[in-house]
Amino acid sequence: MSSPVSASPARLSDVCKHYGAVVALDGVDLHVQGGELLALLGPNGAGKSTAIALCLGLVEPDRGQVRLFGQSPRLLSVRRRVGVMLQTAGIPDTLEVGELLAQTRSYYADPLGIDECVQRAGLEGLLNRRYGKLSGGQQRRVQFALAICGRPQLLFLDEPTVGLDVQARASLWQTIRALVAEGCAVVLTTHYLEEAEALADRVVVLAQGRIAASGSVTQIRARVSQRRIRCVSGLPTDTIATWPEVRSVCRDGEHVEIVTGAAEVVVRQLLFEDADLSELEVQRAGLSEAFLEITREAA
Amino acid sequence: MNTIALNPPRFSPLRCYALEARHEFLRLARTPMFCVPTLVFPAVFYLLFAVMLNHGTAGSGGTVPGIYMLATFGVYGVMTPGLFGFGVSVALDRERGWLTLKRALPMPAGAYLGAKLLMAMLFAAAIFAILGLLGTLCGGVRLSALAWLRLLLTEVFGVLPFCAIGLFLGARVSAQAAPAVANLIYLPMAFFAGLWVPLAALPAFLQTIAPVWPPYHLAQLALRAVDQPATGSTLGHVAVLAAITAVFFMAARGRLARAAAGSS
Repeated sequence: MSSPVSASPARLSDVCKHYGAVVALDGVDLHVQGGELLALLGPNGAGKSTAIALCLGLVEPDRGQVRLFGQSPRLLSVRRRVGVMLQTAGIPDTLEVGELLAQTRSYYADPLGIDECVQRAGLEGLLNRRYGKLSGGQQRRVQFALAICGRPQLLFLDEPTVGLDVQARASLWQTIRALVAEGCAVVLTTHYLEEAEALADRVVVLAQGRIAASGSVTQIRARVSQRRIRCVSGLPTDTIATWPEVRSVCRDGEHVEIVTGAAEVVVRQLLFEDADLSELEVQRAGLSEAFLEITREAA
Repeated sequence: MNTIALNPPRFSPLRCYALEARHEFLRLARTPMFCVPTLVFPAVFYLLFAVMLNHGTAGSGGTVPGIYMLATFGVYGVMTPGLFGFGVSVALDRERGWLTLKRALPMPAGAYLGAKLLMAMLFAAAIFAILGLLGTLCGGVRLSALAWLRLLLTEVFGVLPFCAIGLFLGARVSAQAAPAVANLIYLPMAFFAGLWVPLAALPAFLQTIAPVWPPYHLAQLALRAVDQPATGSTLGHVAVLAAITAVFFMAARGRLARAAAGSS
């Protein structure tokens, strides 16, 4: 057995998990290294939350093995090295922020000072406020403070910036970057591609319980770079479908919708072929569509 | 072996448990919907039934109403923190995800339930103090120090079976339904166990089946604690209450573990 010091913060080996007939995870291998930020992306129901629940010892895998620092996540001594922010926290409304922080700090051997928690999570002036009286963004920051207050070596952040305004999101990103720089490993799940782009060293895309893609942000970006072109044009869809770089095309009334990996090439041809073309729009495909695209490729 | 660090930071379980219990208490103390009925209802009922409706006359079978009701309304009082403080708050924590987060955090295993138990015992002690004060001041109750102590212990430990029932309830019922279900159990059980009206005044059939209700056993213990006539053996009542506690506690545990895993 490798020593806990050198063992990697988190390792899932060939993990399967079913809920009744629903397959949540189906043979997933995941390896998180120290000082690395791994972004776990995927549409709803892809298995992100299940993967995190397994890592936290909340559920047991049907098959395979989950190890944090080389040991079972059920051990208290292992979880004292871990911080966690779940999607729903259910924190009691009647407790004050300072009380919540004191309570969570008491679970850890060597927690951060209150002042440092406040400063890192941006909780200035909120310590004596009741949790239920805070705004959604402030509540999210309290949850983040609870996640980092134990000086974790491994941090799980499940959709951490949902409900935050742009400024709060940026300052949270900065704190997360600082933690990673200090050597903390972070597993982040998010719906926002830009969040993964801003933070992640490595991205893993889950779809239907399997790893559909994995690599650096640049590698993943290249795979989800498809664009949607929409315009009013009389060109027949059959013709457009034969052009290079066109992945799919469909007609919606007088509008034509084209999905492509190289919007510039297709737009040039569209303008060349149809002088009357109007209402031209080019959009990056939605992230969930891109994930579906990746899954289809993977299947 | 572990001499690398001179002063290795240590986790203090005591501090952790103390904070957990303190916050559990604060949570409920800051919820008027819980603490007002819990503390005020037994007091109001006691004043109404034992003080205003009885003028110090001796009851049937050698009972003294002021003292008799001090015991039975005390039992009625300590059912509340168990059924409502435990039951409703567990249902809420389970449903809203607080329980899941706590299981994910390195909270010591017993801290969550331990804190709630301590909270319920504290409320039981408060109910004991309020009723004792009212009984002494308005009900003409005079008891020996030993009898007071016996009643206090009976009530403080008497919350345990109701905590277990509450836990079972909280593990199964939704947060919205929990208060209603708790009331459905609480009110009939209190009545049929002879907490409001002495058992002797109830129909014979209800007297016969009274031992079915958990508060009946606690009431007999409380009555004996204050030297009032009671039926059954002390050991028998304690055994029944202990068994109820164990059965409901064990039944709730498995269910809670599954709920915290988010798979139910």
